[in-house]
Amino acid sequence: MTVHKPLPHDAARLHVTGQARYVDDIPAPAGTLHLAFGLSPVAHGEIVGLDLAAVRAAPGVVAVWSAADLDPMPDVSPAAHDEPLLATGTVHFAGQPLFLVAAESHLAARKAARLARPEIRALPAILSIEEALAADSRFEEAPRIWAAGDAAAAIAAAPHLVEGQIEIGGQEHFYLEGQAALALPQEGGDMLVHASSQHPTEIQHKVAEALGLPMSAVRVEVRRMGGGFGGKESQGNALAVACAVAARATGRPCRMRYDRDDDFTVTGKRHDFRIAYRLGVDAAGRILGADIRQYARCGWSADLSLAVCDRAMLHATNAYFIPAVRIESHRLRTHLQSATAFRGFGGPQGMLGAERMIDHAAHALGLDPLAVRRANFHAPPAAPAARRTMFYGMEVTDFVLHELMAELEKSSDHARRKAEIAAWNRDNPILKRGLALTPVQFGISFTLTHLNQAGALVHVYQDGSIAMNHGGTEMGQGLFQKVAQVAASVFGVGIEAVKITATDTAKVPNTSATAASSGSDLNGMAVQAACETIRARLADWLAAEHQADPAKVVFAEGRVRVAGADYPFAEVARRAWMARISLSATGFYRTPEIHWDRIAGRGRPFFYFAYGAAAAEVAIDTLTGEHRILRADILHDCGRSLNPALDIGQIEGGFVQGAGWLTSEELVWDGAGRLRTHAPSTYKIPACSDRPRIFNVGLWSDRNPAATIHRSKAVGEPPLMLANAVLLALSDAVAACGDGSVYPALDTPATPERVLAAVERVRQ
Amino acid sequence: MTEVCFTLNGAPVTLAAPPTTTLLDWLRETRRLTGTKEGCNEGDCGACTVMVTDANGTRALNACILFLPQLAGKAVRTVEGVAAPDGRLHPVQQAMIDHHGSQCGFCTPGIVMSLAVAHLQGRRDHDDVLAGNLCRCTGYAPIIRAAEAAAAAPVPDWMDDRAHVAATAQTADALADWYVANADATLIAGATDVGLWVTKGLRDLSPVAFIAGIEELRRIEVGAEEIRIGACATLAELHRAVAPLHPDFGELLRRYGSEQVRAAATVGGNIANGSPIGDSPPPLIALGATLHLRRGATRRSLPLEDFFLDYGRQDRAPGEFVEAVSFPRQADRLRVYKLSKRFDQDISAVCGALNVVVSDGNVQAARIAFGGMAGIPKRAAHVEAALIGQPWTPATVAAALPAFAQDFNPLSDMRASAGYRLTAARNMLRRYFHEDQGTPARVLAVAP
Repeated sequence: MTVHKPLPHDAARLHVTGQARYVDDIPAPAGTLHLAFGLSPVAHGEIVGLDLAAVRAAPGVVAVWSAADLDPMPDVSPAAHDEPLLATGTVHFAGQPLFLVAAESHLAARKAARLARPEIRALPAILSIEEALAADSRFEEAPRIWAAGDAAAAIAAAPHLVEGQIEIGGQEHFYLEGQAALALPQEGGDMLVHASSQHPTEIQHKVAEALGLPMSAVRVEVRRMGGGFGGKESQGNALAVACAVAARATGRPCRMRYDRDDDFTVTGKRHDFRIAYRLGVDAAGRILGADIRQYARCGWSADLSLAVCDRAMLHATNAYFIPAVRIESHRLRTHLQSATAFRGFGGPQGMLGAERMIDHAAHALGLDPLAVRRANFHAPPAAPAARRTMFYGMEVTDFVLHELMAELEKSSDHARRKAEIAAWNRDNPILKRGLALTPVQFGISFTLTHLNQAGALVHVYQDGSIAMNHGGTEMGQGLFQKVAQVAASVFGVGIEAVKITATDTAKVPNTSATAASSGSDLNGMAVQAACETIRARLADWLAAEHQADPAKVVFAEGRVRVAGADYPFAEVARRAWMARISLSATGFYRTPEIHWDRIAGRGRPFFYFAYGAAAAEVAIDTLTGEHRILRADILHDCGRSLNPALDIGQIEGGFVQGAGWLTSEELVWDGAGRLRTHAPSTYKIPACSDRPRIFNVGLWSDRNPAATIHRSKAVGEPPLMLANAVLLALSDAVAACGDGSVYPALDTPATPERVLAAVERVRQ
Repeated sequence: MTEVCFTLNGAPVTLAAPPTTTLLDWLRETRRLTGTKEGCNEGDCGACTVMVTDANGTRALNACILFLPQLAGKAVRTVEGVAAPDGRLHPVQQAMIDHHGSQCGFCTPGIVMSLAVAHLQGRRDHDDVLAGNLCRCTGYAPIIRAAEAAAAAPVPDWMDDRAHVAATAQTADALADWYVANADATLIAGATDVGLWVTKGLRDLSPVAFIAGIEELRRIEVGAEEIRIGACATLAELHRAVAPLHPDFGELLRRYGSEQVRAAATVGGNIANGSPIGDSPPPLIALGATLHLRRGATRRSLPLEDFFLDYGRQDRAPGEFVEAVSFPRQADRLRVYKLSKRFDQDISAVCGALNVVVSDGNVQAARIAFGGMAGIPKRAAHVEAALIGQPWTPATVAAALPAFAQDFNPLSDMRASAGYRLTAARNMLRRYFHEDQGTPARVLAVAP
């Protein structure tokens, strides 16, 4: 069996030799045009004039389109039909595309795009949460409210009241490969599109819609992305549609990639949130009632914000059982980039709110935060269902955090280090250290139930080689390799026998985005189903030929054994072809058991939960607020891992990406709504030396009780939230600067400036 | 059009191109060598890292801000030229596979190049080697495991490009004469700043002169009385020269830009562009540096701090260029504090350089300069005055703190607020005192 083995990424050799091909590396035919958008410099305003004469006259320019030239205006939104490709009449954020240039080179297009003279009458821009609330500028008619029990009464009756709020910053994806697309006109008006996209079907849909073609006339291919992280779920639509529209108009292939500054300026980011909480707490730190208000800046269009904000609500209590909960979620419309999917999809913000609540309650009562976490955990699976039901009605039947946290506490030597750090802090007036251990409970499934489906297409060729295709996309997470391991295991062949092919809407239709950590759960099952169909045909035919029981035909070690005979797999394939056995099959999978009413906030939105916990230790400098992650210990639940090496890669990478979100990655807009941090010179993702000095990652490898592919668990998003431990360790270090009377209330990103402000706060 | 000759992956290349064509664009668009990636087009992510060998050795450089004429006479190796001609992988490539060092793979060619150059040089300081290579997927841990695994392997013989290097003969005299006649020209040394005028500002920079090859401008002389640094010395070369004399200056330069940037950026460029947030002027000013300028045959010198007149304005005549900067040998009392959101490869919010000489318990001399606190790198004259002649005590330090507000009225921007800058600058003086008393005050020094 090739599953469960730590095989390298399927493209590793191509990566290290520079041969791995990304969209902008695909050789394009002679005559290919290069596109660039001209962007609005204003956050909100009315387009009074748009003088493009200099753009049209610029060297190398072949064509220019503004809103006036496109009728009907193509829409590039994922669902709400609220994102015109080019601004029509009104601009809604600084960076919104106003016009499109096609030129003979990328540089010529970029240069020309800067020569426009837009005349925009500025209107008041709604930028902040306060401004949006004051103007009642929001998506959906009113805040969404989900509740269980009577939170107000529980809070009023509780012995202690804890109140506070946390500001949680957004995050730029900073996929190393920026957004890119290439459209190649085909005969009869058909279009072939290569896109750096997590959602080829949506690209196909939007391009077909823009060109007035049936989806069958548009083919989208995605071999790989240079990183996605959610930022290529919907944000690539504009480039693909622009390329297709320009290719249709000029009859020439068109390609487009955003320069990095444009990528920052145009595309959506992780939602920033404010989470305010009122808690009723007992003497042991148990939260008896919680009133939680979440405010998200969603930007100018709906994009995926409703689903993101739903997930933030679903994770607002993380791993904790709170008998009475009320959550109010405000999805605010602002004149900024349209915030979008980003690894965790609202879950990280919601979960950080929960961890902040626990930490604050522990501080208020003078209790050990770890003890308070335990006191609030869901009861273990053996306990009565009453204390292990999520507020939205889903029973938690797979809770492993009691054991997992105990194991991590031991392996990270938590108690000894906590005492040692306390002593160290007494001896050090300038530097302080902090330690925190936080859990993750992340729900697995798309909350939009119909997306939980996947298809696959598998061919066995007459030489025994296998071509595998499915709807999932490869963005570095190793999905293709994991699924290839599943396929190889079905046929009992080595991984080298399985050819991994690019995601292609012509091979597998109607795919869901590769998102919600679902890639291997869904596509692994679909590919397994396709492979099992072919294997069953082979087994039936061989069994009949050998007068044996099909169930006793064995596929292993590259050979097929039946009734004493033993053939190489390739020979079986050749003979099956000669015997006119179909060697091609589709596979399909839909996640069972899930149902969800998002208006009522009731149901079972998730097939299962993925768990994990991290212990982080930090040091801070109380003169400047500079800080460092000294050590991180992680234990993460991957079920029976399909590939432990790839899973550890997701955990290490997710943790560091999450730590960046919570510390150094700061998005700064000026008072006019212009993003000031629009390049890596000003927006700081973690560099090599920012990883923890000591970094221990272990897998919690119990089989998934839910019937997933080989009993593995999804791993794409959950590890990002392990980094909550970093923020709470920083909070712990800040708390060590004061006498305990003031809670640090550290907001994120915890830049040196914010840490220093918190130090000054607790010292007052 | 400029004609340029160099070697690419061992094969000679002669080309004619506009002088501000970047190596990255030429590789990808003209040569169809697409292994070298564009990640940011401004020298901050390292996805375009290539290996360049010349008479001064082998370096990793960012191809996105490297103009083709800068390569004259040099040898360039890209990710396509790191494996053996017969396909055998370089040890760094094999280790990256074995240790799962790539995920999406887009940063990987640049990482491989940085690691291959470091491997060639026998370096083991992997964090510094990779500070200029951003990876968004792996969290770097497996890349470091790969680097460690490959370290002991011998350098493959195909990696030695020294035989391909040709000498170039440029002289400072010729530059001086030419620049007087072409005073509107842009002088390009490392192009780590000017490169962005082209890739981001989309400016046409003609005429230009490429001056990094003028060896006499590159010299660093460490004498008994003074240290003199030629304008074209790179930050990497400055680092090697000053780290033994002033370890904190060395530590600042370790964090300056990245490996790729330090290998290209020059001291003269960092001064001449007059940036308020350039990191080398504050420590140089604190060390009492003198700037040496030349116009034609005329030379003059001035205290470095006097060169910076106002934001965007320097005391430099048309046709005049920075020839060198010098500072006196002295006992090391310099401490430099670079404050930024990220430790490595980040522009300072505040860069404080403090040089306080204490004798018999009293402050005998103080030279204190800051970057990020004004429109120019600026001395803290009032703070210095509040210290000089006073006993070196907490009370003196406390009494000097209000003087910061007399010296500085910083801005709020995306890096830091004005209030934070002022507080942090004050606290840097406090930190200097604490460190002088032996109290640990460096977060980077805390061991887990």
